[in-house]
Amino acid sequence: MNEQQLENARELAKERRAEVGRSQQAVVTAHTQKTKRKKVITDDIILSVDNLHVSFKTYGGNVHAVRGVSFDLRKGETLAIVGESGCGKSVTSNAIMGLIPQPPGRISDGKVMFKDVNLTNMTKKELRKVQGVDISMIFQDPMTALNPTLTIGEQLMEGVLTHTKASKAEAKEKALAMLRLVGIPNPQERLKQYPHQFSGGMRQRIVIAIALICEPELLIADEPTTALDVTIQAQILELFEEIQAKTGVSIVLITHDLGVVAKIADRIAVMYAGKIIELGTKREIFYTPQHPYTQGLLNSVPRLDLIAEELQPIEGTPPDLFAPPKGCAFTARCPFAMEVCEHVHPDTTIKSATHRVDCWLQDKRAQAFLATAQK
Amino acid sequence: MFSYTIKRFLMMIMTILIIATLTFILMHSIPGSPFNEERTTNETIQANLERFYKLDEPLPVQYMYYLKSIVTLDFGPSIKKPNETVNELLARGFPISFELGMVTILVAVISGVLLGTFAALRHNGIIDYFAMTFAVIGISVPSFVLATLLIQKLAVDYNIFPPATWSSPMHMVLPVLALATGPMAIIARLTRSSMLEVLTQDYIKMARAKGLSPFRIVARHALRNALMPVVTIMGTMLAGILTGTFVIEKIFAIPGMGKYFVESINNRDYPVIMGTTVFYSTILVFMLFVVDLVYGFLDPRIKLHKKEGDA
Repeated sequence: MNEQQLENARELAKERRAEVGRSQQAVVTAHTQKTKRKKVITDDIILSVDNLHVSFKTYGGNVHAVRGVSFDLRKGETLAIVGESGCGKSVTSNAIMGLIPQPPGRISDGKVMFKDVNLTNMTKKELRKVQGVDISMIFQDPMTALNPTLTIGEQLMEGVLTHTKASKAEAKEKALAMLRLVGIPNPQERLKQYPHQFSGGMRQRIVIAIALICEPELLIADEPTTALDVTIQAQILELFEEIQAKTGVSIVLITHDLGVVAKIADRIAVMYAGKIIELGTKREIFYTPQHPYTQGLLNSVPRLDLIAEELQPIEGTPPDLFAPPKGCAFTARCPFAMEVCEHVHPDTTIKSATHRVDCWLQDKRAQAFLATAQK
Repeated sequence: MFSYTIKRFLMMIMTILIIATLTFILMHSIPGSPFNEERTTNETIQANLERFYKLDEPLPVQYMYYLKSIVTLDFGPSIKKPNETVNELLARGFPISFELGMVTILVAVISGVLLGTFAALRHNGIIDYFAMTFAVIGISVPSFVLATLLIQKLAVDYNIFPPATWSSPMHMVLPVLALATGPMAIIARLTRSSMLEVLTQDYIKMARAKGLSPFRIVARHALRNALMPVVTIMGTMLAGILTGTFVIEKIFAIPGMGKYFVESINNRDYPVIMGTTVFYSTILVFMLFVVDLVYGFLDPRIKLHKKEGDA
């Protein structure tokens, strides 16, 4: 290396440092701006899922992955769907998005109302006018969600060019604005780069930018932070809050991470074996969980503030969805299981205007049982 | 990119040199010489002939002359056809062989990729089963068997295409079909399996979630990724097609290079053997280089200009 090269390298390093300083400044200003804004939840119901059933045909028979899911989502609200692996969270989100491959999948019953249209009986062509425009989706793993052979600029602009009459220059402007919104420095140059030139966190920001570029009203995030490390997770969650405050987008958040839920959800739906077994506000679910499964789920989270000797898992495994049980699906693992649980599915009990639960323990006749169980 | 090209170029020269040397050794280890014929020639005439073609020199000296002819790209006159030089033979035969080879590759790649893609999109459907049955047959039946069947059916029985020679696009149909079916079948199978894999990728799901049309998803998002394995085997496939033309040219009486290539070995026509071998290997090595360039173009993650020491 000669003198000249050394000099150039020093120059470059100086520029880099200045650049990093600028982007940090940008983060700080974004942060102060964020604290000024507050998110607004209106009473307009934007998404209404009613008694949704999804099954898949496999060699082993039909799998009933989703067995009657119902919930509403208001404008500007974040609903978290939690539950363990295989409980039907992702299938529910794919069904809303119209991404269930048919066959082998089948939406056998129920409605997905987006504003006042039913998405389940739309043709594929009609659905494409909604996908990416009104409803967008964010995927779990940013390392695989971006196409390795296309520049991120192409991937960003594609949606705009397909769905609007925008020119290429306008689409590019929009792409740049989106990259700035999700906090990617040097958007001009970055637009021409390929996914492998970005880190995992950056890629997830790009995935979010792609999802938001057509200004959707509903965002479905399928485990958006699972594949990221913890510090990046926090940044991405903050980005979600910031974007929601700015754009008023409604979010359905699929996750099994209760920490994420506690941070950004307004309401929580707990799913088990293809059904929502409890639904309430964040406060209601975390402080007064009614269903034994919800209680078990919360208890099984490792806590730093308690000196517990051991983790408390929920014993057993979820039921086989090839032949779902007739009664409550949690019966086999439930410490409070009664005979009725095995044969008849419990009705929904309304605990408050926002809180509902499907459990026989809520029945008046169960109070006596509870008293003996507690002894 | 530039330094990579230079490096590759030097490697290409080395490869060609090794091929040339091996050819020389093999050529001279076949018993007999160009002048060994059933009727015995006058000994002085034979000696004079050998002197004229420098065959009386020791082998290392001949080798040097041989290398010189490669470097100067002048392979001298043919021994069996003294009124023609090897260069003239190549100039006459190669364009025809090249045309046949290129049309074959084009047909094989385009139809193979299309067939494989449709099969993948209709996975386990009728088109898929049909395409894959066809592919297995295509791989199993050698080109010369197919060639004779095609001539019998399409030329002799139904008289749709001319059975032989090379003068119009209609004449191309049968030899190209015979030659392209095998590679096409391989490409179709490969495209199908890699397309099936690509279609399950998250970025395809994401493209669907963007509301893109199925055509755009396949053409823009899936195909480019799915073609990587196809490009990988293209190199060896080119070799197969080029050598395959020898047999096909013979069957269809096409006046390409293949004829000279085979004849020259039977006749121990040393200059022609040298000329055709070096020429073919140069073409092949160059094609492999082009394939590598296409690789980098298809997948931006593959950087060709990476030197040692670069991070």
